[in-house]
Amino acid sequence: MIVTLEVNGEPRSAEVAGWESLLWVLRERLGLLGAKDACLQGECGSCSVMLDGALVCACLVMAADVEGAQVSTVEGLASRAGLHPVQRSFVDEGAVQCGYCTPGLVVATAHLLDERPDASHDDIREALSGNLCRCTGYGALVRAVAAARDAAATAIDPAPADGDSEDRS
Amino acid sequence: MSDTLTGRRSVRGGVGTSVPRPDATPKVTGDFEFLGDMHADGMLWGATRRAWVPHARIVQVDADAALAMPGVHAVLTQDDVPGHRYQGQAVTDQPVLAEGEIRYWGEPVAIVAADDPETARLAADAIVVDLEELDPLTDLEAALERGEIFRHVPVRRGNPDLHGEVVVEGTYITSTEDPAPLGTEAGLAIPDGTGGVDLWGPTQWVHIDLKQLAACLALAPDQVRVQPCRLGGAFGSREDLSLQTHIGMLALRVDRPVKMVYDRTESFVGHVKRHGSLMHYRHEADRDGRLVRVDARILLDGGPYQLTSNAVIANSTYFAVGPYRCDNVTVDGYALRTNNPPSGAMRGFGSNQPCFAAESQMDRLADALGLDPVELRLRNALRPGDQLATTGQVIEEPLPTDEVIRSVASIPLPDDGSDDDPRHLPGGTGLTTPRDRVVRGVGFAVGIKNLEFSEGFDDNAEARVVLTGDGAVVHTAAIEVGQGLVTVLEQIARSTLGVSQVRVAFDHTGQIGSAGSTSASRQTQMAGNAVLEAATAVRELALARVGGDDLDDDGVWRGDTLVASLAELTAEGPIEQHVDYHHRPTDEPDEAGQGNLHVDFCVAAHRAVVDVDPDLGLVRVVEIAIGQDVGRAMNPQQLLGQIEGGIAQGLGHAVMEEVVLDRGVIRNASFTDYLLPTCLDAPHVEAILIEQPSSWGPFGAKGMAELPTMSATPAVVAAIRAATGRPLTRVPVRPEDIVAPDDTGGRAR
Repeated sequence: MIVTLEVNGEPRSAEVAGWESLLWVLRERLGLLGAKDACLQGECGSCSVMLDGALVCACLVMAADVEGAQVSTVEGLASRAGLHPVQRSFVDEGAVQCGYCTPGLVVATAHLLDERPDASHDDIREALSGNLCRCTGYGALVRAVAAARDAAATAIDPAPADGDSEDRS
Repeated sequence: MSDTLTGRRSVRGGVGTSVPRPDATPKVTGDFEFLGDMHADGMLWGATRRAWVPHARIVQVDADAALAMPGVHAVLTQDDVPGHRYQGQAVTDQPVLAEGEIRYWGEPVAIVAADDPETARLAADAIVVDLEELDPLTDLEAALERGEIFRHVPVRRGNPDLHGEVVVEGTYITSTEDPAPLGTEAGLAIPDGTGGVDLWGPTQWVHIDLKQLAACLALAPDQVRVQPCRLGGAFGSREDLSLQTHIGMLALRVDRPVKMVYDRTESFVGHVKRHGSLMHYRHEADRDGRLVRVDARILLDGGPYQLTSNAVIANSTYFAVGPYRCDNVTVDGYALRTNNPPSGAMRGFGSNQPCFAAESQMDRLADALGLDPVELRLRNALRPGDQLATTGQVIEEPLPTDEVIRSVASIPLPDDGSDDDPRHLPGGTGLTTPRDRVVRGVGFAVGIKNLEFSEGFDDNAEARVVLTGDGAVVHTAAIEVGQGLVTVLEQIARSTLGVSQVRVAFDHTGQIGSAGSTSASRQTQMAGNAVLEAATAVRELALARVGGDDLDDDGVWRGDTLVASLAELTAEGPIEQHVDYHHRPTDEPDEAGQGNLHVDFCVAAHRAVVDVDPDLGLVRVVEIAIGQDVGRAMNPQQLLGQIEGGIAQGLGHAVMEEVVLDRGVIRNASFTDYLLPTCLDAPHVEAILIEQPSSWGPFGAKGMAELPTMSATPAVVAAIRAATGRPLTRVPVRPEDIVAPDDTGGRAR
């Protein structure tokens, strides 16, 4: 069957077999290799993408179900102007080691801060608990998300952000 | 920020700065090409037929149905291996594909190449494997009794008749742990058209792969180019071959590129694991708490093939006592052959298992003596000038055992956590635990491990530094697994040359000699020293070429005059130097396990604070503090990344991570069932870096990345013991170990 969808604002279509997932379509049919395939059971979040505004594991979405859908992936985040602020803070805060979980975490973080620009330390930890990382132990990741949150708040309002990145709990 | 050692202007991104890793940007944009993202025109997909029994005789393998499927190009078995039919780093005892017998659950029997991955998978399923099941050997005591021993490492030190007044004994179990790198095994083999092959696969040491692959594929070493790989993590799991020989065989047979990617379940059986262990310990001390003797017997479950078990059991044996003085020691370490999954390297490499047992023993001893656990450890702490309790080696390099213990004990404890946010309670948003049922506990542990390869191994690393008008390029075959070697090598070259524009080129086996393994915490010191020496020589050559006295980003200076820009300096050709660095030789052990077996050591101490729901046996690790020996902090941000990441793995093994084995069958070979720590499980980390420069590491640096994992595990368990009074002699601690009736064992404290 042929599936037609919008990916990162561009109309795309692909000939797909019935067993194929959205992740397979992105990686193997459309050549978008950013989303990863670490568990294929929806446990690790390495394939996180946005589907019609919702954060999903692309490995759990059947290709046949995305006809007409809008999908955005990690490849759509950076612009000509440079890295997305979340990507920038991941680089600066040392949140990247092997990097296999990174694309999924970048997408999940961008989604979190869109939905909850004032996310607290605990909100961040809870929101990212669906994305496994085996390298960092999550410390630098949480610091990176808090830094991106604070940078965004500063950009909108010169007053200090109401963050709690010092929260030790 | 920067640490200018040479040059008139500060070099940017030198040693001591938290410069970001150069590959971070392509990793955040999704552009970084991991092994599984690779593609070659005209490539086929490989798949593996595995036998899902732990032990069986192979009666027959029938590939006719698979070969008849449209789109299938080849089905190969052990009979098709072109050369040596066995692989392994030291002893080649692992058949490339099963031969005669199945010896572990998931052992590969046949491989397929097909037009697409789904066809390959279906064809693999269509191969008929006729088996006659046999009893699996999965019990360690039974394996020892039957003499299924890969290696016995004995230690006999001191006077066997000397005894202490205070005696504690214990038996400890650590379960099998999966390294669980996020990237599963993937690889690509491309025939070169002249009978050779270029091969990308998951590795931590391309040259040890080359040795095995050339032999198995019946090719000359220069016909196989093992390429540097871009890995989704390693932690030891890539030290042994997984799919490399298989894709090499398929690509050479069909004369087309072949790609293979394991799914998560296949990954669980496709890479080595941390050895499960059974350990018995007896500690004897005088009334002041000074260790008089330690006797231990350590059994490691090696699985069916030797792989690195011979070296892993050496670490278990030589670090059996921990970082403590003791003059009378008897240890018998055994790596045993079973039908459990193959074990091998994982972060800590055999030092973690005895660290759990020995640190648990130190707490029992403190309890028996009525001493504070920190005080007991300080009274016995191993210091420079002392002898390692097992091998008798005198500690000649800095070893801040005292300092790591004192520093971690000096960190203020976190507050009591009196709020009711469920995210701060055991059980979390499951809302299982009211705050007033929570019990807090605090536990300490200390770890020690060797750096680099030991026991007489001639350990080396090659590197080449090339200076042109565009800056310097560092060539190495060392593997970057995500830990940040790429950053540290750049920093070393910058600070040595005085030039900021530096990049690392990862070479294949045909371009440069071995850098040794990215393991044993060795590359910062080994590849790092090779780069340091090469860069030092390049700087001297540059100054000599134009008669200058200083080099920086502008070029070569003589006094206040710039005599040549980098472009002018290198107009007649690049300036380059190749170095083959070896660390000082070590001894092979004598028959009593004595000798200077190790080149250097590293220590760390952990303090864990846990909240426990004793009704349900749920644990939340609130905080882990660490004092960490680093030699010199080359990149503080990356060091913290290794510390926090290592702690999460040590915590995982303490409370959740276990490969559940049922007579050789893995019952949890998926991320749904094998639990890894998430962001909500990760504790707050307080780290203190102890900088006592190594006499021989580059800029005084030490390798350190295994230590954060090691004593995190016993520290967490000690904290749970403190909260619950349970003996907890097995990891991971399960809820039932906490809520079990009292008659299942004595109280530890």
